[in-house]
Amino acid sequence: MSASPTIQVEGLVKIYKKLPAVDGVSFSIAPGSVTGLLGGNGAGKTTTIAMIMGLIMPTAGRVTVLGAEIPRERYRVLHRMNFESPYVEMPMRLTIRQNLTVFGMLYGVSDLAHRIQQLGEALELTDLLDRPTGKLSAGQKTRVSLAKSLINSPQLLLLDEPTASLDPDTADWVRARLQRYCRDHHATVLLASHNMAEVERMCDRVIIMKQGRIEDDDKPSRLLARYGRRTLEEVFLDVARRRDEAREAAL
Amino acid sequence: MTAHAETAVAFSPRRIAAMMLRYWYLLRSSWPRLVELIYWPTVQMITWGFLQLYVMQNGGLFARAAGTFIGAVLLWDILFRGQLGFSISFLEEMWSRNIGNLMMSPLRPFEFVTALMVMSVVRLLIGAVPVTILAIVFFGFNLYGLGLALVAFFINLMLTSWAVGIFVSGLVLRNGLGAENFAWSIMFLFMPLTCVYYPVTTLPVWLQPAAWVLPPTYVFEGMRALLIDHTFRADLMLDALGLNVIFFGGGVFGFLKLLQSARRHGSLMQTGE
Repeated sequence: MSASPTIQVEGLVKIYKKLPAVDGVSFSIAPGSVTGLLGGNGAGKTTTIAMIMGLIMPTAGRVTVLGAEIPRERYRVLHRMNFESPYVEMPMRLTIRQNLTVFGMLYGVSDLAHRIQQLGEALELTDLLDRPTGKLSAGQKTRVSLAKSLINSPQLLLLDEPTASLDPDTADWVRARLQRYCRDHHATVLLASHNMAEVERMCDRVIIMKQGRIEDDDKPSRLLARYGRRTLEEVFLDVARRRDEAREAAL
Repeated sequence: MTAHAETAVAFSPRRIAAMMLRYWYLLRSSWPRLVELIYWPTVQMITWGFLQLYVMQNGGLFARAAGTFIGAVLLWDILFRGQLGFSISFLEEMWSRNIGNLMMSPLRPFEFVTALMVMSVVRLLIGAVPVTILAIVFFGFNLYGLGLALVAFFINLMLTSWAVGIFVSGLVLRNGLGAENFAWSIMFLFMPLTCVYYPVTTLPVWLQPAAWVLPPTYVFEGMRALLIDHTFRADLMLDALGLNVIFFGGGVFGFLKLLQSARRHGSLMQTGE
């Protein structure tokens, strides 16, 4: 018997002023898996993730996370999940330690001082813990956001462009830490990105979105084989152009 | 791993403490924020204090009203600074783009609001206590001499300030920082109608019912009754309390509706202008 999915999304729709941002999306995410939500700008990735988190209310459809219906029952499970997104930041004047203390308390983390020390070591932040967050470099800030997203050892991690605006070396470092966390904690990850290399490296399943709909959904290796391509970037371009060509032909 | 030790409890003092700690860290790290808490109330009190001295020296009817100007200024400041203290703590989350982190955390709206209310009192006390001491030193006006009446005034004014602060926070959540100006200016809408510096009878008769709908009007009338006639009007305080219950309920209801609307319109992800 298979375990019940960590995330179950059924017929999810979000319409803003008659324009569909997400248009009938359905998928389920198995426990312990790393799934990439791939798509260009405006594909509906962030809106989908925000609906899963309960930050945006769907126009139609149903979202279940860790057995709780979102947004109605979100407070049952929020302490078991966490997220990272470029749309939010940590308070700049507070030091890293102060920020992690506040969020640790919000998430009900016990033995918080030890947990902060642990994260400081794992993310190479120990020497910076008492420095104001606003005085850090972009790479250091990303590591702090990552520390915040791991403060409660979440079973479900929602990541929206976790390595956006990072140099390749730092981005690679962040990916390695995330992979280690997933492996060690058997955590489920849903990762929205338009960085194909990142998705290819981290994910064991890819959902490709375009204009609010799911265009394809499979393992990276199967997608490559099916499209006869060597990289996910080529697959993505195939998917992106397929519909554009169809639209031009129709016109 | 013990990270999930705390289950999804409905009301967590630890989460409220976390938010208070967050605002305390912020205040502690920024001397301009601390100075700002004291600066304006001091300027106001000194200006009105000298005006009062002038009026008293010229005798007549106003000499009887000794203390009403400074008293009014100090009580107005409780109302205004109470709301501003609430709203600024909330705005700090918007300015730092942290609201998404909070909305996605187990922090409940009632816990968030409770933390903001407590912090508004803390901020108010940081500003008001030195100013009330200065009022004693410069003008011989002892606000604490009002005794238990001061407690009744304080409770009623804080309740109104929270009700307005909660509603304005909802407006900002729903409409983004474009609605920030309401936080700074909404209380001044109350100023002429709540009759801070003059009795309600000064207003045109047709406008007086509007004044009596607002809880602070009862407090300022009560203050004048105490300072001029030396009578504590408990009836006025009870009326104010009754109205405050309605105002506070309305503020919370409005906040929850605006939060719901913000979730529907995706405003929590886009908290800019």
